[in-house]
Amino acid sequence: METIEKKPDSEKERRKIKSVARMKEIMTGYYIEAKGARQSGKKVAWITSGGPVEPLIVMDVIPVYPENHSAMIGATKMGGDLCNRAEEMGYSRDLCSYARSDIAAAVTNGGPIGGLPAPDFLVCCNNICGTVMKWYEAQARFFNVPLFIFDTPFTHTEFPDIARNYVRKQIFEYIAFLETVCGRKFDYDRMMEVGRLSVEAQRLWQAVLDTTMHRPAPMSAFDAFFHLGLIVTLRGTQVVVEYYTQLLAEMRARVASGISAVPNERYRLLWDNLPVWYKTKWLSETFAAHDACLVADTYTSAWSGQVEKLREDDFLESMVEGYSTIYLNVSVAEMARSVLGMIDKYGADGVVMHSNRSCKPYSLGQYDIQRIIQKERDVPVLMIEADMVDERVFSESQIGTRIDAFMEVVRSRKSG
Amino acid sequence: MNAIEDIRRVARDPIEYARRYTNETGVRALGYFCSYTPEEIIHAAGILPVRLFGFGKKIVRADAHLQSYSCSLVRSALELGLSGELDFLGGMVFPHTCDSIQRLSDIYRMNIPFGFFEDIVLPVKLNSESAREYIVNLLAAFTASIERGFSVTVSDEALRRSLVLYNEIRDHLGALYRLRSRHPRLCSGADLHDVVSASMVMDRTGLAALLADLVGELSARAEGLGDDDARKRIILSGGICSHPDVYGIIEDAGGAVVWDDLCTGTRYFEGALDTTRPPLEAIAHRYVDTRVTCPAKHRSLTDRADSLAAMATEHRADGVVFLLLKFCDPHAFDYPHLKERLDREGVPSMLVEIEDTLPPAGQLMTRFEAFVESLG
Repeated sequence: METIEKKPDSEKERRKIKSVARMKEIMTGYYIEAKGARQSGKKVAWITSGGPVEPLIVMDVIPVYPENHSAMIGATKMGGDLCNRAEEMGYSRDLCSYARSDIAAAVTNGGPIGGLPAPDFLVCCNNICGTVMKWYEAQARFFNVPLFIFDTPFTHTEFPDIARNYVRKQIFEYIAFLETVCGRKFDYDRMMEVGRLSVEAQRLWQAVLDTTMHRPAPMSAFDAFFHLGLIVTLRGTQVVVEYYTQLLAEMRARVASGISAVPNERYRLLWDNLPVWYKTKWLSETFAAHDACLVADTYTSAWSGQVEKLREDDFLESMVEGYSTIYLNVSVAEMARSVLGMIDKYGADGVVMHSNRSCKPYSLGQYDIQRIIQKERDVPVLMIEADMVDERVFSESQIGTRIDAFMEVVRSRKSG
Repeated sequence: MNAIEDIRRVARDPIEYARRYTNETGVRALGYFCSYTPEEIIHAAGILPVRLFGFGKKIVRADAHLQSYSCSLVRSALELGLSGELDFLGGMVFPHTCDSIQRLSDIYRMNIPFGFFEDIVLPVKLNSESAREYIVNLLAAFTASIERGFSVTVSDEALRRSLVLYNEIRDHLGALYRLRSRHPRLCSGADLHDVVSASMVMDRTGLAALLADLVGELSARAEGLGDDDARKRIILSGGICSHPDVYGIIEDAGGAVVWDDLCTGTRYFEGALDTTRPPLEAIAHRYVDTRVTCPAKHRSLTDRADSLAAMATEHRADGVVFLLLKFCDPHAFDYPHLKERLDREGVPSMLVEIEDTLPPAGQLMTRFEAFVESLG
């Protein structure tokens, strides 16, 4: 579907990304289907955001993402209350706010959609953190359902063959697990098709993100945080390929007609870490007021960063490395190399790092990355102390002041 | 009691002990933080495994690398490395533990030069054959790496001898714990804490003899001791405890620590090595099947709760004190579940959150007193 360019009602209207409506439609349909799984007789699996979802699609299981749900909780500013509830249940305030809000939402059916559909089983992949394992253990006990842990050894310096073999064996253990819980055979032919669609969607998603290499950028990282939803939840399906084809066409059309995310883009910034879900609008506007666009981020590219390692002709085998070596499952030194690469690729004038209390694997090491950026690229770095969902720890006035001071430095560097 | 004097000295300053020992003997030493470190292999290579606790350091340099929400163990461990105090070590070993230790390893590697630096990326799940096989392969790779790094040969025979020695050490520690459980007055909690801490640092051959003497001595003293200890029987549960003062405060409050579920306690020494198996398989078997699981690993959904409940029954605990390090995610995640299980079993518990230093002694005393009183 080509984007229809209507006569813009206003400058603001012209800047709005039209595909948003379609995205909302797909996500609404997806959640309705997931909530109605009991009636339709489909199985529901809860799975971590970095987990291997493609085999679930093959088995016609509806994948549900507690992390995505927690992000919605954050975006609707319901995080503080749910985190508070988890703390009353005995969970420390220092624990991940995705986990706290999800655990509390499961007990109370709280949150913006009245809780997630109960899972038939859980799939936990620790390529994003060790927290998900503890979180999923708690949920497996609460719902009394089976838990499959897909264990992807961390790569400090290399991904050795013994780790590769261990992960490869688990792919078949995973399939055997699915055959048991679903009560039928795994369709390897269908896996070929799902794998092909997954790779295609990831390439399209990366192409969407790449459009921001253009000056001015047709979209910002804040837009990417929103459009990310589908590549996380439903990759391996046709609808995702269609959606990102549409979004890519829209972005290219915006580039062609000079429509930018930020009206007078003068400064281009890179975002590191998860979004501050309850403050995306405020952050976006605060930076835009400085003529700054966050053109790229280390977070949304995690769902396409390994696409060159995936192979359509042998998807299952290529999953071994594809899933094991994603951005968060590698060393600080390697993450620093990626960040430097992104600074160059997108022509960033500065980097904004969200030091996220909730996410230790993402945040511990940021100070070293900050020093490496300053040494290797000599661009200013702003460190924001916040949390992705728990709005109780966010200080708008303090962070606003720091953004102003940071932008002062970016401005003087650029003009100097 | 000379043995205990020696041990106290080591426990008070393990790094000083290790530095002097390596200087005097020429034996090289490897530092480590986690009880899943295959010490048996390190010892078999003629290298001294030194557990680093890192506590009590004023944080000066580590703040430039770690946010305030990383646990005090990780922060002080980094401080220790950055301070240069570990320069005498021949290297470091980092078994995969938790998200924070994983990043600590990265930061160490980037900032502190060591001749030998090895990550052992253990599986997080222990309930599959593939995980077991992976552990054996990792242990073989680690052995090869030690051989290369230190230009030594680790023979099968040396490994077997090492396994026998480690069984001996762990047996003795278990025997001491059981004696103390029967007669809590035999030995102060602080002393037994020091025994376990020193056991992770001292020359292991000498240690085995020292522990054997200690077991003999305490067994002899236990003869004829009655069952007249009226203090409340307490189990400590948590990560690592580097606060020997806790035991005295609990004792002053009318309790006595009789057992623990700590990484610097039973999780270090429980579970014998099956010496009929090939050595590396025996080590893997202990990790997977016989030792108590660390919360950063997964064996089943309830095994930690089952094991804590069983400990409480076996050691007739009146109460459990959870001693949890602030910002330690794996333990904090398990806490509500463990507490609920103890509640169901009728075992009262309390939670104390600790950092680099204990809460003020007076405040802790009041809390322990209230807890002990509530035990009736």
